[in-house]
Amino acid sequence: MNVIALSHSQDRDFIAQVEKESGQNVSLCYQCGNCTAGCPYTFVYDIPVHQMMRLLQAGQKEALLSCRSVWLCATCQSCTTRCPNNIDVAHIVDVLRHMARREGYSTEYGVKSFVDSFLESVEKNGRAFEMGLLLRFIGKTGRFWTDVDLAPKILPKGKLSPLPHKVKNPEAIAKIFERFRQECQK
Amino acid sequence: MKIGVFVCHCGSNIAGTVDVVQVAEAAKSMPEVAFAKDTMYACSEPGQQGIIDAIKEMGLDGAVVASCTPRMHGSTFMRTVARAGLNPYMFEMANIREHVSWIGKDKVANTRKAIDLVRMAVAKLAQNKPLYSQSFSINKRVMIIGGGVAGIQAALDCADGGLQVVLVEKTTTIGGKMAKLDKTFPTVDCSSCILGPRMVDVAQHPNITLHASAEVDEVFGYVGNYQVEVRKKATYVNWKTCTGCGACMEKCPSKKSKDPFNELIGTTTAINIPFPQAIPKRASIDRDSCIKFKTGKCGICAKVCPTKAIDYDQQDEMITEEVGAIIAATGFDLMDWHVYGQYGAGRYPDVITSLQYERMLSASGPTGGHIKRPSDKKEPKTIVFIQCVGSRDKSVGRPYCTGFCCMYTAKQAILTKDHIPDSESYVFYMDIRAPGKMYDEFTRRAMEEYGAKYIRGRVSMVYPQDGKMIVRGVDTLAGAQVEVEADLVVLAVGAEGAAGSAQLAEKLRISYDSYGFFMEGHPKLKPVETNTAGVYLAGCAQGPKDIPSSVAQGSAAAAKVLSLFSKDQLQSDPQVSKVDLKRCVGCMKCAITCPFGAIKETEVRGEIKAQVIETICQGCGICTSTCRQGAIQLQNFTDNQILAEVNALLSSETEEA
Repeated sequence: MNVIALSHSQDRDFIAQVEKESGQNVSLCYQCGNCTAGCPYTFVYDIPVHQMMRLLQAGQKEALLSCRSVWLCATCQSCTTRCPNNIDVAHIVDVLRHMARREGYSTEYGVKSFVDSFLESVEKNGRAFEMGLLLRFIGKTGRFWTDVDLAPKILPKGKLSPLPHKVKNPEAIAKIFERFRQECQK
Repeated sequence: MKIGVFVCHCGSNIAGTVDVVQVAEAAKSMPEVAFAKDTMYACSEPGQQGIIDAIKEMGLDGAVVASCTPRMHGSTFMRTVARAGLNPYMFEMANIREHVSWIGKDKVANTRKAIDLVRMAVAKLAQNKPLYSQSFSINKRVMIIGGGVAGIQAALDCADGGLQVVLVEKTTTIGGKMAKLDKTFPTVDCSSCILGPRMVDVAQHPNITLHASAEVDEVFGYVGNYQVEVRKKATYVNWKTCTGCGACMEKCPSKKSKDPFNELIGTTTAINIPFPQAIPKRASIDRDSCIKFKTGKCGICAKVCPTKAIDYDQQDEMITEEVGAIIAATGFDLMDWHVYGQYGAGRYPDVITSLQYERMLSASGPTGGHIKRPSDKKEPKTIVFIQCVGSRDKSVGRPYCTGFCCMYTAKQAILTKDHIPDSESYVFYMDIRAPGKMYDEFTRRAMEEYGAKYIRGRVSMVYPQDGKMIVRGVDTLAGAQVEVEADLVVLAVGAEGAAGSAQLAEKLRISYDSYGFFMEGHPKLKPVETNTAGVYLAGCAQGPKDIPSSVAQGSAAAAKVLSLFSKDQLQSDPQVSKVDLKRCVGCMKCAITCPFGAIKETEVRGEIKAQVIETICQGCGICTSTCRQGAIQLQNFTDNQILAEVNALLSSETEEA
């Protein structure tokens, strides 16, 4: 294990930024571990959630923004529900994921690509267009065979239409995206 | 009038953010002020001597000390003033520490506010009158509420000290929570073997009157002279004739009655003596379970009782006890752990509380000292202990550490190995809190000699699967989730103030916190006193504590009562209300609003007037604000004095404008 050089690598601005964006007080965590105890995704995490909280208290920005766990969190909020100190842990992980994205990290490229493909599809059609989403995702990742085994089940149910079913006024949805981008630039 | 003003630096506590020299300088120009000076520590020996010297040399009539809160040193300086030969009530305090220097950093603004507070104190002092205490006699009996180990210790110490003691216990036996325990840490000696003889001492002591199955209904009076109304709850057995033979218990057909002594893991008979060593060893009937009370038919106990002690028509009896002091030792209850849905919230029979486990370990318990899990009565091989259930958990409103769970969990892990040698114990903990003589060594022994597996982390859920309880938690030191297949899960449930403690606090006129614990007079210097004179605290009623601390506090409270009763007369606080007979119209509104019953009606030359009983009046001032005529005034807090303070404040504002 690496030495964490607390005298040199504690990024207090990073802690303050996470606290500001999440509205949580990071110092409340006393490391009981109940977040990890209940987390259903620990089995795929590289850093369990209580250790993410610990690294956050120590201001370890690089370790947190580059980890896989922030992308793999499903935001089920078990951690938030179990926290004895009422910390909204899931919100903090959400903030970390946004920060990672802003700073150009994509440690779990597949997760990031799927989310991007989904949102692009919604922006264009006002709702998810499955076939389009699929093609975008394959285009970004080259994972042609992902979930292809589901196709025989889905196709007869009309879930994979070749053409998008747009909502009545997709421009209104697109405006939401536009407004979000403007807010982000401020 | 010649007033002296003394402005304290309090080291840098005040002088750091208040220009004390400037405050003293400003005081010199205030009306009636003949002397003003700053002083490094007014409360120190040289500081007090400086005040005395100034009073004597300058011939001062009164003193204002601008320093800390009067709660801290008000009485200190009153004694100083008295030593200089003045009446101690010719003294005022301006609080320029808690109200000024500690709450603001702006030195200019602080100094201005400090000058204002001194100006107000001077204006008030100019109208102070010398007051004189009255002596009143005291009743040297003491009431102890709660017959747990703290109350027992306090009762025995007071009784050995020659006082008459009235011990009031809510349940039908004394002993409290300690009587339910199997063994005690860190010596693992038998709880009832060390407590039992003390309980017997209580029963046999000539100076102790024991009222079991009794509760305090109302409290009247004041320090030295309390009248306490005690409700002796009906037991439906005449305790004067009952011999505790137990024949009724053998024959009672209602054998599935709730057994609160055994924490509901066993059952008892509707008429019962809670446990063999109960004091008083007398039977009582649980109305809710008794067939006679439910259907009117039965009456077997009355038939078998050799002394004809059964009395189905017994009623609650009210008695009044007159005492001079009261010790509240009402103990604790477990917090309601049913809020923990993730641990089953009471739905799983094999998830039990630590106190229930204690009854299982006890040889006189419902399982005869054999550990059997409630669902199938089988001996468990894997036992999981979960600590901090209702401790250090803000999400359930219990942010404090109960403090003794770490120790009793270690004890239970050790006892488990003794009872079932091929068992395995797991303890989920957050931090091990074991400060105390031989305490940490004890928890280490649980791990090193008894093989208890301590896992640092909390448990997120417990659920049943294939006859086992699956415990899913975390080992934060390994950084991984862990799962244990347990046969039995024991929750170390935290403590809160005993049920009904808030209501009792209100009767005793003492403060309590949101967890039902009584507030001590000072967290460090008055740990057994309360803010009501003559009412003291002992044991877990004041806050969670283990047996040695409870016993120590019981003795401490007894010592306080013995020292209070070492005098034959007490001095009343003369800062009480006084009636101006010329103004009083005899409407008696003051008597209605007085919370202490300190105002009585009297007749002066054929007219009705109010009269204050000085030894009862607590100086709260409610009568003053009630009286339309301004006839009843709290001495040295008169309307005119408060107006003088307001005027002093306003005069400084007009000066600035």
